[in-house]
Amino acid sequence: MRAICLYLHLHQPWRYERYSVFDVAHDHNYWDEIDYYDKQNNQRIFDKVCEKSYHPMLNLLEENIRKHKNFKVSLSITGTWLEQAELWHKDLIHQIRRMVKTGQCEIVAETYYHSMSFFYSKEEFAEQVKMHTEKIKALFGTTPKVFRNTELSYNDEVGQWCTEHGYRAVLAEGWDKILGWRSPNHVYKVAGLPADTKTETKLLLKNYRLSDDIAFRFSNRGWSEWPLTVEKYQDWLNMDSLRGPLINLFMDFETFGEHQWADTGIFQFMNALISRWLSEYDNKFVTVSEAAELEAPQDEISMPWTVTWADTERDLSAWMSNEMQQEAMTKLYSMREEILATKDKALINDFRKLTTSDHAYYMCTKYWNDGDVHAYFSAYDSPFDAFMYYMNVLRDLEWRAGQKKA
Amino acid sequence: MLGWELPPHNSGGLGVACLNLARALSKDGADIDFVVPYEAEHSNTEFMHVLSAMKLDPLYRYGIGAYDSLLVEEEVIPTADVSKMISIRDVQRNYCAFVEKYLMDFKPDVAHAHDWLTFEAGVLAKRNFGIPLVAHVHATEYDRSGMNGGNPVVHAIEREGLLLADKILAVSQATRRIIHEKYDIPLDKIEVVYNSLDEDFLKSAYAYDSQDFRYIEEMKKLGYTVISTVGRFTIQKGLANLMRAAARALQKEPKLLFVFAGDGEQRQELVEMSAKLGIASNVMFTGFVRGKQLRDIYQVSDVFVMSSISEPFGLTALEAAHHGDVLILTKQSGVAEVLRSAMEYDFWDETKLADEIVAIARSEGLKHTLQRGIHNEYRNISWDNVAEKIISVYNEVEKRR
Repeated sequence: MRAICLYLHLHQPWRYERYSVFDVAHDHNYWDEIDYYDKQNNQRIFDKVCEKSYHPMLNLLEENIRKHKNFKVSLSITGTWLEQAELWHKDLIHQIRRMVKTGQCEIVAETYYHSMSFFYSKEEFAEQVKMHTEKIKALFGTTPKVFRNTELSYNDEVGQWCTEHGYRAVLAEGWDKILGWRSPNHVYKVAGLPADTKTETKLLLKNYRLSDDIAFRFSNRGWSEWPLTVEKYQDWLNMDSLRGPLINLFMDFETFGEHQWADTGIFQFMNALISRWLSEYDNKFVTVSEAAELEAPQDEISMPWTVTWADTERDLSAWMSNEMQQEAMTKLYSMREEILATKDKALINDFRKLTTSDHAYYMCTKYWNDGDVHAYFSAYDSPFDAFMYYMNVLRDLEWRAGQKKA
Repeated sequence: MLGWELPPHNSGGLGVACLNLARALSKDGADIDFVVPYEAEHSNTEFMHVLSAMKLDPLYRYGIGAYDSLLVEEEVIPTADVSKMISIRDVQRNYCAFVEKYLMDFKPDVAHAHDWLTFEAGVLAKRNFGIPLVAHVHATEYDRSGMNGGNPVVHAIEREGLLLADKILAVSQATRRIIHEKYDIPLDKIEVVYNSLDEDFLKSAYAYDSQDFRYIEEMKKLGYTVISTVGRFTIQKGLANLMRAAARALQKEPKLLFVFAGDGEQRQELVEMSAKLGIASNVMFTGFVRGKQLRDIYQVSDVFVMSSISEPFGLTALEAAHHGDVLILTKQSGVAEVLRSAMEYDFWDETKLADEIVAIARSEGLKHTLQRGIHNEYRNISWDNVAEKIISVYNEVEKRR
């Protein structure tokens, strides 16, 4: 028996507008850039990605769910994505609800705001996970049992938290430096749990080679394997299955249509791949919960330092390596208690929208000199602009909190 | 090579760029005769032959001003080859005559002309002697006039030179676009060769003396952020926008000190403006500075602003970066194309400029990240890269001859 665990991540941040220091204490609306065609207009971006990716890919998934009883998919959907979908594209929510009802689509738990709060404030983190669970329950009538932390960031502490909170499994990057000779194609368990732990949390590790072949390399004409055909990819899946029964294909949902445009043939590829995989004897797809039960854990995996699925470093450096990021995040989390104390719902919500990890990512200068991917995904002209406007928004939050107290 | 000035007889960046360029080209094996319109001693030019086109004091290479006295005229005229040398057009005519005489005896592979000043001589070499012409544009008349028209005679000379040139070198993409849009030259005829820092500037010994700007040093101790700008006080530099932005920034952050270094026809206007805006105590005018004094200003400053409405390149930004300043550049300056770790704004966007100044003054994190970034990139372009590119342009025009 061989199984693919396909897991896709849906997220959009709330981008703040180019918020001037002269707006502070005057204008408290950061998220509604008025000009639809402006870079920071959230609706325009959502519309665009919806057309290019959300619509066609969800249709493809739903059709395959209908066609194949043993096709399964798992989705993680952030609260900020759901809020925007509810505002502008309610049909997406309806469609996902239909898919969840079939039992072939599972929703994964995470922080509501796609934040790195685990590394700054455990209380805030717990609160955001709870908010997310409630939102998922309200919209889709299901309670997630498997957890993923933002950007697949994981360390032993995250694993232990998941165990304490009864999650069946947690997702992480299958990074060679951690795995050594071990294969990501097995079920593992969280390391360092106390001996009296009753239910152990499993660890599902991304097969990053096979995932990235689709997510990053698919349309790269400079790649020696281009063009990637279904036959070739199927061969690779067969070869890799020899290393273990479970192939974890984890990627951004936007891989389909946005990172790899429709004209690259990505949709046809995925559609054909699903049928082809299922046409072979004893092949199936599993959701993340099913994957966790596929076999007994083969080993425990310890990640003493934090591993993510980002960049070649697979660490947190895209979010916390420069002084701007450190200053911004320190300032943000230092305001938490004061803001919660106001009990002002709008203010607290604005504060939490600022915990979204994308904001720190826009301030990243790691590759700024070579000007690549980080610049492409940014809504701002430079990391310095992103930082400047962000700090102005924080000042306004501080002002509002001060007004409440007075 | 047809030029108008070389250090130390230079009034701006043109002479410095020419010297560094010629030096790098000669390192690559180019044999250069460099024509200047005056007669004077030059240091550090042993790698090429500097030819003097006429007996003229370097001070008068732009001609005599309308209001210069007869005494000046008398001082100039006896030393010159011709009876009258009143305007720059006279100097250019003599310059051309010299070049024509020179070309009777020598046939260089390429004529490389710098800016409109020498374009007529370049065109002469091309038209009368069939020598391939490379026109190097350091600035156009549009830049010099703040994109408002300019002198039609200069435009005509520029246009002729650009049309007849076999290849054009522009100091930035911005300049390349101006040449394309304003002079109707096809883009594929124009190559971009950026400038780099003056090697003499990098090599020369410099030690900061904190006693030079004691007032500014004291202000810094009180927590002031020092923002400076250096250049001619002329419309091209967008200093009025900077002054208004300074006033806006001071509304939010009182501990800012602005240093305007330089001189020009807008001095009075700017001084008055600072008073009218009520920020005179936060603005300092140093007058014209050069050499060590200029470097002291870079050194004492935290932030360097290039506010130009149009700046073909903007070497001062690289000099300021060398002294550890954080840079704020208009998107209209060429140097912004090669630097990534700088804050940028459109020259008219005073609010954004004020925002940027306040943000840097308030955040050590931003300041340090910009500083570290710029430190790693301000020397990315070397004159050797520039020379390499120019040699390939030479070979290309030579082949088409």
